[in-house]
Amino acid sequence: MGAAYLDHASTTPMLPEAIQAMTAQLGQVGNPSSLHAAGRRARRVVEESRETIAGALGARPSEVVFTAGGTEADNLAIKGLYWARKRPRILISAVEHHAALDPAYWLGDHHGARVELLEVDAQGRVHPETLREAISRDPDDVALVSVMWANNEVGTVQPVRVLAAIAHEYGIPFHTDAVQAVGQLPVSFAESGVDAMTVSGHKVGGPVGVGALLLARGVDPVPVLHGGGQERDIRSGTLDTPAIAGFAAAIETAVARQPETAVRLSALRDDLIERVRRAVPDVVLNGDPVNRLPGNAHFSFPGCEGDALLMLLDAKGVECSTGSACSAGVAQPSHVLLAMGQDGVRARGSLRFTLGHTSVEEDVDRVAAVIGHVVERARRAGLS
Amino acid sequence: MSGGVDSAVAAARIAEAGHDVTGVHLALSSNPQSYRTGARGCCTLEDARDARRAADVIGIPFYVWDMAERFHRDVVEDFVSEYAAGRTPNPCLRCNEKIKFAAVLDRALALGFDAVATGHHARLEDGVLRRSVDEAKDQSYVLGVLTREQLAHAIFPLGDSTKAQVREEAARRGLTVADKPDSHDICFIADGDTRAFLAERLGAAEGPIVDALTGQVVGSHHGAYGFTVGQRRGLHIDRPAADGKPRYVLSIEPVSNTVTVGPRSSLEVTSIVGERPVWNGPLPAEPYEPITCTVQLRAHGEVYGCRAQVSGGELHIRLDRPATGVAAGQGAVLYDGDTVIGSATIASAA
Repeated sequence: MGAAYLDHASTTPMLPEAIQAMTAQLGQVGNPSSLHAAGRRARRVVEESRETIAGALGARPSEVVFTAGGTEADNLAIKGLYWARKRPRILISAVEHHAALDPAYWLGDHHGARVELLEVDAQGRVHPETLREAISRDPDDVALVSVMWANNEVGTVQPVRVLAAIAHEYGIPFHTDAVQAVGQLPVSFAESGVDAMTVSGHKVGGPVGVGALLLARGVDPVPVLHGGGQERDIRSGTLDTPAIAGFAAAIETAVARQPETAVRLSALRDDLIERVRRAVPDVVLNGDPVNRLPGNAHFSFPGCEGDALLMLLDAKGVECSTGSACSAGVAQPSHVLLAMGQDGVRARGSLRFTLGHTSVEEDVDRVAAVIGHVVERARRAGLS
Repeated sequence: MSGGVDSAVAAARIAEAGHDVTGVHLALSSNPQSYRTGARGCCTLEDARDARRAADVIGIPFYVWDMAERFHRDVVEDFVSEYAAGRTPNPCLRCNEKIKFAAVLDRALALGFDAVATGHHARLEDGVLRRSVDEAKDQSYVLGVLTREQLAHAIFPLGDSTKAQVREEAARRGLTVADKPDSHDICFIADGDTRAFLAERLGAAEGPIVDALTGQVVGSHHGAYGFTVGQRRGLHIDRPAADGKPRYVLSIEPVSNTVTVGPRSSLEVTSIVGERPVWNGPLPAEPYEPITCTVQLRAHGEVYGCRAQVSGGELHIRLDRPATGVAAGQGAVLYDGDTVIGSATIASAA
């Protein structure tokens, strides 16, 4: 029996539909920007993919700008909108992924931005009043607002539609990073009212290294990559036809299956939470208990080091994540948990289990069978 | 796994022997860039990557354990305060005693492992420590501080091999670190300038250099901690000594910030007192009667015949012939032939 892979939020296996669509393109020649027949063939694949993605996500094809992944899309949205708007304040939630937070901080360090973090409550949620208050301190000075659709660590779903509406009252563009939400929650670009939305290929069963920034009409970020003028001059670089084809197939499949996926994964996830609680009675479930990603279960294990838990589980064939960023592989307490008001010690003793399209009951059984013993061991090792 | 060739081959050997092996790299600084860069270090990001690659090739799981706080407290701060107290510490010895075979071992045992294996060049037979077959690379001296209990959970897979054999084996196993240069000096002092490292932490304060024979001030310095007993170079003495012979550092007095110098003959000691004695060898009990053995007084240092005994909780060593440059703070490791009997930290010598 292989390992129980419970780290789908970091990356999920490619869907057969995506593999097929992508591999069908790998042997083909043609730059979508070329004018000859080979180029036109490739261009057709790209444009059909664009239409597929737009259709699945409630957007118009012209609103889809392909990028080389979620990080690039976040960078383009935040840097590009900041530069285009020429106003100093960036309002961004304290629990964003580093792909969104770090470009904002970089603008603060090098380009005069004033980064203001939107606080979250103990469940990781940005309250509409928090945003309104932050904007109204000086509405004319705000370049953009960025709040993710759903948190990658603790799974909390943000009230994006309400938040976007508040930003729009003041005419401020609103960006959301939706890489974790697509395929797990109903996501409609148009209905959400956001102006810019980040989507990633490999989080939904497509290939790594491709993503998109959805941009509403009239929202024109300054480009980050300059060159051949592809993607209506917003994102230069030769379009990756095979990856885009695989990306579109993955989005189409994942979004079509989203309602049943949500039901199935929620049930598995609730079972996982229940059985972990039974084995470790003092475990703490982090994030919003109700408004959370169907595939996410994020725990703090008091008295344990997350790294020790991860290592012991790995040895028992359970693959999960501490959900925190590493540099030399040294875990730092998660900025998400700290923003939720947890102390550093508790934050270090946390683990994220994330389920996805290949998850089955046996994966949960595996966790349930070993978690009690593993936590006991990790507790003995204590907090170094 | 430091990222060097020794720990990589050590891991490969025990994995091949059938043990259930997990590779662990110690992060010893919360800001790895601040430590030594380049191929000589043992705690840079590059070293962590080399260690990870070695684990990949061997086919074992690999983790980085964050020991930065413990290392800073038990090794770096200890190093600085020992110098401030006029002693000359050996941080590698302290790291083995407090980190590798304490913090790491404790954590490993709690997590269900049986032992910590390292790439040290030393043999361990029936729980007794012996010198490596490669005398030039022997590291039994820096392991001499370990207790019987610590040694009971240690594995040194390289003790029967020479360094050349280890490198050759690394190349044969496809380990990319086969040709990586040996690490030298102190890993947490990035540029190798110990005096500057200490000056930054202890501040510069001018003090006198006094000639032991005449009692006269013969020069000045910017901090007594910058000196080691037995040191001859870099004293910047203004005038030649009365006897026309070179001067050596005889003692360091931190409170008055005084460095005392004198002729080489005054450096010679035959009597050494060590504190915190450890008996980790084949002796059944602490020797309250003098035993005949040999002693090594610094890393890669000379070996002296001696008689040693414990009294009043201290180790008393009488050398058969005089030794020079015996610095307080260094380890005195006792041997019977190539077998380690015990050790102590040198407190004084006369």
